[in-house]
This record gives sequence, structure tokens and C-alpha cells, in this order.
Amino acid sequence: MTKFLLDLKVNGRRRRLRTRPHKTLLEILREDLGLTGTKHGCELGECGACTVLLNGKSVYSCLVLAPQARGGEVLTIEGVPPEHPLIRAFVATGAVQCGYCTPGMILAAKAFLDRNPTQERTSWDREALEAVSGNLCRCTGYAKILEAVRVAAGKKSRRR
Amino acid sequence: MDAFSKAVGRALYADDLRLPGMLYGKILRSPHPHARILSLDTRQAESLPGVRAVVTGRGLPVPYGILPVSQDETALAMEKVRYVGEPVAAVAADTEETAGRALQLIRAEYDPLPPVLSLEEAIRGKGEPVHAKGNLHKAVSLKFGDANPPEEPEYTREDAFFYEGNTHLPLEEHSALALWKKGRLVLYSSTQTPFHLRKILAKVFGLPEDAVRVIAPKVGGGFGGKLDPFAHDLCASKLARDAGRPVKITLTREEVFYCHRGRHPAWMNIRTSWKKTGELLEMRFRSCLDGGAYGSFGVVCTYYQGGLQPTTYRIPSYTVESARYFTNKPPCGPKRGHGTPQPRFALEAHLDKVAEELGLGPVELRLKNLAPPDSTTVNRLRVTSSGLRECVEKAAEASGFRDKFRKLPYGRGIGFALGSYLCGAAVPIYWNEDPHSRVRIRLDAKGGITVFSGATDIGQGSDTVVVWAVAEILGVPPEKIRLVAADTDRTPFDLGTYSSRVTYMAGNAAREAAENLLEKVYRRTGGRRMPFEKAARIAVEKEGALESWGSYKPPLKPANFKGSGVGPSPAYSFCACAAQVQCDPRTGRVRVERITFAHDIGRAIHRPSVEGQIEGAVHMALGEAFLEEQTFHPSGLHRGPGILDYKFLSSLEMPEVKLILIESKDPGGPFGAKEVGQGPLLPVIPAVANAIYDALGIRMDKTPFTPENILLALERKSCGRIPRVGPEGFPDIPFPEPTHIPASLPGETVPC
Ligand code: FES
Ligand code: FES
Repeated sequence: MTKFLLDLKVNGRRRRLRTRPHKTLLEILREDLGLTGTKHGCELGECGACTVLLNGKSVYSCLVLAPQARGGEVLTIEGVPPEHPLIRAFVATGAVQCGYCTPGMILAAKAFLDRNPTQERTSWDREALEAVSGNLCRCTGYAKILEAVRVAAGKKSRRR
Repeated sequence: MDAFSKAVGRALYADDLRLPGMLYGKILRSPHPHARILSLDTRQAESLPGVRAVVTGRGLPVPYGILPVSQDETALAMEKVRYVGEPVAAVAADTEETAGRALQLIRAEYDPLPPVLSLEEAIRGKGEPVHAKGNLHKAVSLKFGDANPPEEPEYTREDAFFYEGNTHLPLEEHSALALWKKGRLVLYSSTQTPFHLRKILAKVFGLPEDAVRVIAPKVGGGFGGKLDPFAHDLCASKLARDAGRPVKITLTREEVFYCHRGRHPAWMNIRTSWKKTGELLEMRFRSCLDGGAYGSFGVVCTYYQGGLQPTTYRIPSYTVESARYFTNKPPCGPKRGHGTPQPRFALEAHLDKVAEELGLGPVELRLKNLAPPDSTTVNRLRVTSSGLRECVEKAAEASGFRDKFRKLPYGRGIGFALGSYLCGAAVPIYWNEDPHSRVRIRLDAKGGITVFSGATDIGQGSDTVVVWAVAEILGVPPEKIRLVAADTDRTPFDLGTYSSRVTYMAGNAAREAAENLLEKVYRRTGGRRMPFEKAARIAVEKEGALESWGSYKPPLKPANFKGSGVGPSPAYSFCACAAQVQCDPRTGRVRVERITFAHDIGRAIHRPSVEGQIEGAVHMALGEAFLEEQTFHPSGLHRGPGILDYKFLSSLEMPEVKLILIESKDPGGPFGAKEVGQGPLLPVIPAVANAIYDALGIRMDKTPFTPENILLALERKSCGRIPRVGPEGFPDIPFPEPTHIPASLPGETVPC
């Protein structure tokens, strides 16, 4: 199959590569660019482990074909600074168990926090849970994940 | 521990690894549930450009299995295929695409046989059995304690239950990467048991064990699903040898469903006799397991059917009969809770019915019959610390159980149940005299501390426990300790991550290693006058690096009879759960409003991990209660080998979990700690079933509690039939005469 030139920005860095048009963004990231922080649990758009931000929106990278990412700006977990409040909060609250859902979870949460900073409203928790509801976690039962998102948003911890 | 590296995406899982010259492997799987393989022609596949190696059953003929008594699998099917999805051939090629195309070029001819797809069919045994010896894999029959109940029973009740099969679904799909270096095999695999996998690889390839190195990188969830050695481990190794290049095989989600080794479907029957005042006199528990195509951990699972009922309740006279049958479906095996969630569901739902008929509260009935701490159960298990009574009281109180039970409006209800689990099996899979866990600590010339542990952290936090134990004893911050784990070359032996053994066993080994190091260091500085880190610098200055070892071996099991190896543990965890539900009688939908959970954890070493383990177990339990089922079409096809069809709870469906941690300080546990990973799953499912009865007056005697089943039971109720969904009676199984193990054996020293 013919290759095409893919031009995109990943974690702030411009990347140009020749690739096949049926490749997914997930494959481009993991295989062509070696960014293995983005995980996969199905490659069918069912689990959310492959979540990245494309132009600020959270997407399942396994469902984005390479040409759709053309000219786009991609943020993967490698592009989130280690001192980012979400990373700190995930580590501090015990929201990371096997860690396989974590990168995708953090990016989905980031998209949420980026557009919904911290205004107090009663539905905030529910909205946060909704924001990560496309990201499945088999380990934590989600309680600590919500806790982490709250902490990262500067909200009071609801435990002790 | 490693949460940070996982959170920033630096932690490496098996599929993240890549080696120069690496090939991609793929596995061809059977489209038939039961068929003879007539021919397999791989010539076309072999000649496809880019294909570097092809292997079929004949290339890997040595049978193996995780249990020594069940060496009944080969990496690739030999004469027969026994389930849809069974591996029959594998290829390695330059790219994944080429490997996929090569699979399509393999000509496989089959002669289909009538499949055995249900317990009924397996028992009836028409047509060719799944294995030559017949469909019955294992039948166990044991009678414990008094031959007859100690008093004339005043009330007897019998119930039947069915527990549907389900699977682990770890978020990470299994992956294996193999390479050969100077005749030595190196395998990176997402496994929970690197040392067992090494043993199997050595067996199949005819190598000494030290010619095989298995490394478990970060593992993205296991829950028992990554315990068995798998075809992809063996095929990657074989293809790598034949191609002379590294080979990686990463499964698709669909293939993970075929690997399975998950929860056995179980048809159960329980009969108990009582005094009117609520004292349990006698129990007979019968269970029949649908094992799928191969043995896996099945024999152990069969014994576990009757194993842990007595750790929660005193049973003077106890009979257990359990059997496992082969069927043409992916093999069942150990999933979180192993063979105990099914009987726990049956027992706790049965007790709810007994309590109602005796006119006692469910909590009161349970409290009357609790197994006491520091005692030996009727089936010879030694219970040490037990915070069970406290769990029951606290969970009842915090949930407001007594005020709500039978008093909530129609459609809302509350249910109660107990659970108990092992802290590691006292008897290893492969019997030997060695310790179950060893830990080594090295203090290097610069005073750096490295801990070497063979335990695999599959997300449950065992690394944290090991490092924390060392840090606590040495009095240094955990961040200063480096951990090398789960590498059969670099780390000392460990049995692996199963039966909730890691905290207790590796934790104890780590504690001992740290104590030994402490002593060594202070001996060199002549006393404990200074903090460890300073003393350590002086000590290594004097004589270079220092090293210390610790190990753990559980106390011997209390009794010796066939089957007594399953169930003994150095300690047991206990828990109690109250579930409150709201049901919609028009749609059959149930919303869990709140779970109140009290767990006797011994001691909470790292509180967030403990809470996370319980919350995760509750989450998985609710999935099993309401959504999860691994079932098959009459053609033998899996009904939905994908996450869209096989549903579990998302963040929006998870109810509030109120946790109460009870610290009973186990005398043998590291710092008093006990397990927390598996036990909390157990009581949730029956608590929910009991709550649904409280809400709607219908009995869910079969999992999962789907809207369809709830509506069916409601319909039965409205036309005056028995308001329940579940099986009747129990199949006719040729159980052997029970072996009687009386209340005390001659010459037996009963501890405590
Ligand atoms: S890998 Fe993309 S959603 Fe599962
Ligand atoms: S931490 Fe394991 S899947 Fe979320």
C-alpha cells in the first residue's frame, strides 16, 4: 500500500514521517515514534487505555486513522510534565494500581480539567466521573481516581 | 512504589519492549469447539516473503500444565482441538501484517465432532468425550467432624444455586517476548508467576532450569488470569529459536478471552440442619464445576468448593462433594477468590433463607455460628487472628442494617453476607522443602540499598509492601530503597503472585532480611547508637558491600489427608458486607446505592493500597453480580469476546463504598498484616442477592442478576409460582464414598 507523508505535532515537537494511511494514531505513536506510554487494551475503541489529546480533545488513538491526525497537535502522557498536579495526585492518592489505564485516564481527566477548572458546583464530581467514563479501569473501582481528579483540581479530599 | 513511573508513562509492560531484529508472532486458532485435526499444511505460509518461522503442534509436543497432576495441555493442539480459539499453529514474520497474512495461508482440515458444551452434556457423556479418559476430570468426597449431627435437627433446608462463569479481563492484553542468547532462553512475559513459567519452559524445551530466564516486566492486571503458562509464551520461545531472532507475540483482546482460566461455572446444592434456636448442626455442600477443555488449576478449584465455609462458621458435621467436568470451552482456572466465590454465594444466600424461616435476623443467625479466633476448623484449618465478629458488628452498625432490614419500602432493600480468604496457601503447587519466598538485600559500597524480590507486582501493591517492610525495619525512607523484582536470574525464588500470598509471605521474608541486615550493620558499628544510614556508611567503609537474606515458610498444615493441601494458610482474612439496593420492578434494573464493607486486614501497612484493593474487589464483584458472563452459543462460539459485549462497571455505575478496616494484628503476619486482594470480592455478590430479596421478594439463585432474570422472577411471583431464578436439585454424579476425617485424628497435634 502506498505511503503518505504525515505531518503532525506530538508533545510540542514537529514530526514528519512516511507511513501508511490505514495505520492508527496509536500505532504511529507506539511503533513509529516509540512513545509507549500510550497503552492499548482492545484497539477497538472499547477501553480508553489509548486515550490521547488531539487538538485538546480526548480521543481514542486506536480509532484515529493517521490521515485524520494530519496537521494536528497530539498530547501523550510523555508530554504531560511530571510535576503536573494530575500526575502528583494520581500517585499520592493511590489511584494507580497496575497502572495500565493510568496514562489514558490522566489525559481524559486533563481534558476535563482544562475546560472545567474548579468552579464549585454540586454536579462537579458527576461530571468528572463522566469525563473518565470512557476509560475503563479493572483495578481501582474508580474511587481513588475521582479522588485524584478532585485533588488535582485543588478540591478538598473527601477522605480523612 | 512505582506509581510515578506508571503515571508518567515510563513504566514498561511486556508489549512496550522492542528488540533489534525483532519479529512479530501470531497464533492460528481453532474455529471448531471439538474436532479432529486431519491435516495442517503450512507450506504456503512458509514461502510467503517476510515469514521467518512457522510452528505446529508437532514442534512443541511436550505436555505441561500449571499443576503437576494436570499436565494435559500442549502449546498447540496435537490431534484434536477442544475449544473455539485453541491455538493450532503460530508464525513469526517481519511485520504483524505479514504474520496475519501467513495465518490465512495455513490450510487446516478438521473433522468436526459433536461438542460438549454444558455440564448436563458433559455428565450425560454422549458422543466422544473431551479427553480420552472421559469428561469427569475430578470428583472429591470428604466428610468432616461428627459422623452424625451432635443433636437431633429441628429444621433442615436444601437449596440449589448456579454461578455463571466469568473472566478476569485484565486491561493489559497478554504479551510475551522471547530471545535466545548462547543457548539460553530469555522470556519477558506478562506473567504472575515467573518462576513457574521458567519451570514449564525448561520442561518443554528440555533445558535445565538455569538455562531459562523469565522476566516479568510491569504487569497490567492479572487477577489470576496470568498465572498459567500460555501458548504465546511457548510459541514465542520456539519461533525465536527457529528464526534465530527475537519474537514478540501480543494477544488481541479477543484472544485474551480464549486464554481465559477464569471463574468456573458452578452448579451447587447446599443442605443444612439446625436447632430451632439457630445453631448449625450439619452441612452438606455439593458442587459441580464446568471446567472447560483443560485442567489448569481445576483440581485445586474443586477442593476449594468446600474449603473455606468453615473458616467463617462452626460446622459440627460437614460433608463436601465436588466434581469438575471437561467441556469444549476455553479452560477455567483461578480468578480472584479462586474456587471460593461460588460456594460463598450459595452459602450466604442460603443462610438468608434459613434466617427468615427460623425467624432470626440474618446478622443474629451469623453471629450465633461464627468460627472463633485461635481455633481449628472441622476441616482442619488453623484460624489464628480473627476480627470476624467485629467485622459483622461494625458493618451492621455502619450500614444501619438492623433498622433497615425488611423495613425499607418496596423496591429498596438491604442484604448481608460474610467472607474469608487465605493469606497464601501453605502448600506450594510443586511440593518442596524450600521457603515460599526469599528476599535479598544488598548494601553497596556507597550505602545504597537494593532489595531483590521474586514476587511479581501485578498492580496489587506487593512491591510497596516489600519496600515498606524493609524501610520500616531499617528506619530509612522508602524512596531511598531500590527494588529489583520478578526476574528469575537476578532475584531469589518466589512462588509467584497467587492465593493472596505476597503480603504475608514476601512481606515476612523482607522483614527478616531487613532485620538481618540491621544486625549485621550494627554489629560492625558496635551498637545501635546512630541512625541506620550513618551506621551503614561506616559498616561498608570497613568491609565493602554487605548482603543479607530473609525467607518465609508457612507453618506446616495441621492435618494430613488427601485434599488437606487445599485450604491451609498461615492466616485468614475476614470480612462482612452490607449492600443496599434500589430496584425498578418495571425494568428489572438494580442500582446499588451503597456498599458497607468491614475487612479484617490484620494491619493496614499502606492504607491507600488496602483501600484500593477493597474498592477494586467490590467493583469486580459487582461486575460478576450484575453483568459479567463468559457464555457460549450452541455452536461453541463465545457470545462476545470483546469489552463492548463483556461489560463491567464504568466510573458512572460504581456505587459509594464505605470502608471499615479492622486491625486484628495477626501474630504471624508481617507487622500483623493479612491479605486484602481477593477476600473482599466474596461477600458482595450474596449480599446483593439478599438485598434484592429484601427489596422485591424474589430470590436470585443464579448469577448474574440481569434485568431479564429479575423480571422473570417477578413474573413467577405474580402468578403464584416460586419467586426465584435458579437451578433445581443437583445432577446425578458418581461421587466416590466420602473419606471420613473425624473430629480428631489419632496422634494429631491440634494447634491452639
Ligand atoms: S485501545 Fe483504544 S479504546 Fe481500547
Ligand atoms: S490501575 Fe489497573 S486498570 Fe486501572
